[in-house]
Amino acid sequence: MIEPGLRKLVTLLDEVRAEMGQPVDPPRRRAVAIAVIANPCAGSYEADLASLSEIGARLGALLTAQALAALGLPPERVESFGKGAIVGEAGEVEHAAAIPHPKLGAPMRAALGGGAALVPSAKKRGGLGCALDLPLGHRDAADLPSHLDAMEVRVADAPRAGEILVAVGLAAGPRPLARGDRRLAEAEPLGSKG
Amino acid sequence: MTKILLRKRVVTVEHIFHEGGPPPAQPLLRAACISVIANPFAGRYVEEIAAFMKTLEPLGLEMAEALVQALGGDARAVEGYGKGAIVGAAGELEHGALWHVPGGYAMRAVLGDARAIVPSAKKVGGLGARLDVPVTHINASYVRSHFDAMEVGVADAPRADELALVLVMTTGPRIHARVGGLAAADIRGEDGLR
Repeated sequence: MIEPGLRKLVTLLDEVRAEMGQPVDPPRRRAVAIAVIANPCAGSYEADLASLSEIGARLGALLTAQALAALGLPPERVESFGKGAIVGEAGEVEHAAAIPHPKLGAPMRAALGGGAALVPSAKKRGGLGCALDLPLGHRDAADLPSHLDAMEVRVADAPRAGEILVAVGLAAGPRPLARGDRRLAEAEPLGSKG
Repeated sequence: MTKILLRKRVVTVEHIFHEGGPPPAQPLLRAACISVIANPFAGRYVEEIAAFMKTLEPLGLEMAEALVQALGGDARAVEGYGKGAIVGAAGELEHGALWHVPGGYAMRAVLGDARAIVPSAKKVGGLGARLDVPVTHINASYVRSHFDAMEVGVADAPRADELALVLVMTTGPRIHARVGGLAAADIRGEDGLR
């Protein structure tokens, strides 16, 4: 098995070709990779969550590679990213934070060949089939208006009580027909800030 | 003949490693492809709709080919299949039934000599509606190890005047199948049933 405790891995490619009758050309692609893993801290209070952070470091590489494969594009085409977690009912939200936060971002940026901006994230506790709105932001400029987005993800049979669902999302372009913010016209060149 | 207006396509792939039992050597893969298209008959009663089935054939072929690619690229790896449709609120259930012939035709064309009927489900539903797409063995409907279902849905579809058309393929039995019945090894292969 590629990761101890991994029960399932789900990838999703979402490709928009038209909106409100207007073509979206090239089609806007987003992909997410989701791991469903056993929560080693479920069921009791653990003061030290380092075991979860180490899982996060490994999942950063695995999930970014899987999301890239689903996207079907080279890493330099990825313009925005996001991450998130849903902890099952026998865990704490702090478990969901311990996986994506301290160590997942570095291998994710390494796989993408950069990314100066904060990786936006969401976390919650939920039951089987719980939906998570995974935030997405530009990888070099967190507040670039055209790339502020979210992607609803869910796995019908997860997380069970003793599991955590961990997701990494990537997008290859702005929102379809992005134009709703006056700052779009005033946006600074990419890479000028994180 | 009415044109197909494709708004978005979603491809989901699940790698299932185990469900609490001994992990098999190869994970079970399940993939779903969903196309969200305009419903040319939304908003009124149209008597003659059957010609649209022919129009849908190339879309079905694209989706079936995308599923084989998502499962590794070898059609011989596919052991189970299913199909379904979600009709937006301004349409009728009968519009979902238009998918029976082109959806089944497409999967047989791509998989070769598949004998069994493609099981299906359809409903009228709103944005984010979930559909449990039934799955059975491609050559014999009674193979018990391959009775399955995959929950699918798209957060922002179908709009009232849209159809969400679904194909599903899988690479094997349920992950820890062990309730007996006709085994895949014992298929007689005469009638698509046993």
